[in-house]
Amino acid sequence: MANRTFIGLCLLPLAVFSLAFLALPLVRLVMASGEGTEGWGIYLQILQTPRYLQTLLQTVLVSLAVSVAALAISTTAGLFLARNRFPGRGALLSILTLPLAFPGVVVGFLIILLGGRQGLFNMLLPGHVVFAYSLLGLFLGYLYFSIPRVLLTVMAATEKLDPALEEAARTLGASPYRVVFDVILPGLAPSLVAAGAIAFATAMGAFGTAFTLATDIDVLPMVIYTEFTLSANIAMASALSVLLGLATWVLLLLARSFAGATVAAGG
Amino acid sequence: MRLTLPRFLQLAVTLLTAAFLIVPAIQSIVAGLTVNYFRGLSSGLTLRWVGEVWRLYADSILLSMGLAVACLGVTLVIGVPAAYALAKNPGRLSRILEEFISLPLAVPGLALALALLQLYGSMTGFRTSWTFILVGHVLYTLPFMVRSVLAVLMAMDLKSLEESAATLGASAATRFRTIVVPNAMPGILAGALTVVTLSIGEFNLTWMLHTPYLKTLPVGLADSYASMRLEIASAYTLVFFVMIVPLLMAMQWATDRAQRISR
Repeated sequence: MANRTFIGLCLLPLAVFSLAFLALPLVRLVMASGEGTEGWGIYLQILQTPRYLQTLLQTVLVSLAVSVAALAISTTAGLFLARNRFPGRGALLSILTLPLAFPGVVVGFLIILLGGRQGLFNMLLPGHVVFAYSLLGLFLGYLYFSIPRVLLTVMAATEKLDPALEEAARTLGASPYRVVFDVILPGLAPSLVAAGAIAFATAMGAFGTAFTLATDIDVLPMVIYTEFTLSANIAMASALSVLLGLATWVLLLLARSFAGATVAAGG
Repeated sequence: MRLTLPRFLQLAVTLLTAAFLIVPAIQSIVAGLTVNYFRGLSSGLTLRWVGEVWRLYADSILLSMGLAVACLGVTLVIGVPAAYALAKNPGRLSRILEEFISLPLAVPGLALALALLQLYGSMTGFRTSWTFILVGHVLYTLPFMVRSVLAVLMAMDLKSLEESAATLGASAATRFRTIVVPNAMPGILAGALTVVTLSIGEFNLTWMLHTPYLKTLPVGLADSYASMRLEIASAYTLVFFVMIVPLLMAMQWATDRAQRISR
């Protein structure tokens, strides 16, 4: 068998699968968004309907807050774990990366165990400290699954930093703060931007966590879900899905062109 | 390690974060083994709730295991040859194809599920069979398999290995079987563990694709969170942890190993 034919055969299963179950369904989704009574004007309608606009705004704001918080926390912890060796470090690292494979629903349940009606906080301080189903609960849930991802990116980037630069700064008399802000953080910047974008995109599209926690909160995935299942407003659900998919895809593409490989999954 | 003030603050943030992540997980383990969580540990420990979970959700757990194995089979058959073809032609077209099949990592599962539902929802036989869920799982895990194998293949000198085999008379298929697959093994192993781990935990696509008769483990979890008492929901989460944590650790080990090789 000729070389070229064999390589063609190797690609064939992938080509058939992606065409049937990725390319065509996505085309169908885009088409379906224009098949409502509004036609393609549905995208304009999204921008003119206060409820959808507010949902978009709220989703972006929560995701943004989560990205910033996850970056701050994970950079602090990541730098600490990358630069220090002490007993228990391995265990800490395992705990901090463990939630990587938890589905969003499980994360939602864990937040309920912390801040639900029978939650830890409500048991310790029985002054009705219930926050699981509020915006704060959603924020904490998103933060829960964002921290491990950002942490791994930060630690990988820290290992690639040249320690000679820090030593040079120190011998030149820079204080530890100056070393962090003038040497380490600028060196990490591309990875931090990428990790922040991943956290943002994942939070924007997170369905499982919102499904367990956001019964009363309008975030984009929940609105898409209710439009599709409860209101049977297929065109609107499709249009919002197209918008959401485009936004997360473009963001991750930008992040990758900024700084190498990315890890994005789940939520 | 000398504990200076900045270091102390860093340590505090690290410990608090670890507590935030691990405390609720421990809570769910304890709650799943406690007779009455509301009354606390003093009510005694029991395996009753775990037994109850098995009685209620054994089908879901077994379905998820079966799906994960099937998903692994399909991603191996599609992904390994495809990674080889992409490694042989590292051109612009290959980059675009790789980018395209990686779309399910960037586009939320909910959107993909809506797309699949609208195209295939009317084919009732397919829509209501377990293969419909399988398609969703393959869609989501395939890029991990392809990338993992591709990274290892790109790092080795595929060309001279294959050329020496070819001069000795090995056909393209023989070279693939005897040279490419054995050399790509670390990547295949890492990809396989990632595929199984992600398939068992997949919720976003599966929630939209499942039917009342076909509930996977995470779908069952969502169901128990909504309608069961806290102890049963916790015991079910505990069962999930017991399945997923060893897989996750094996996956991280295999991925590190594959990355060391491809460096």
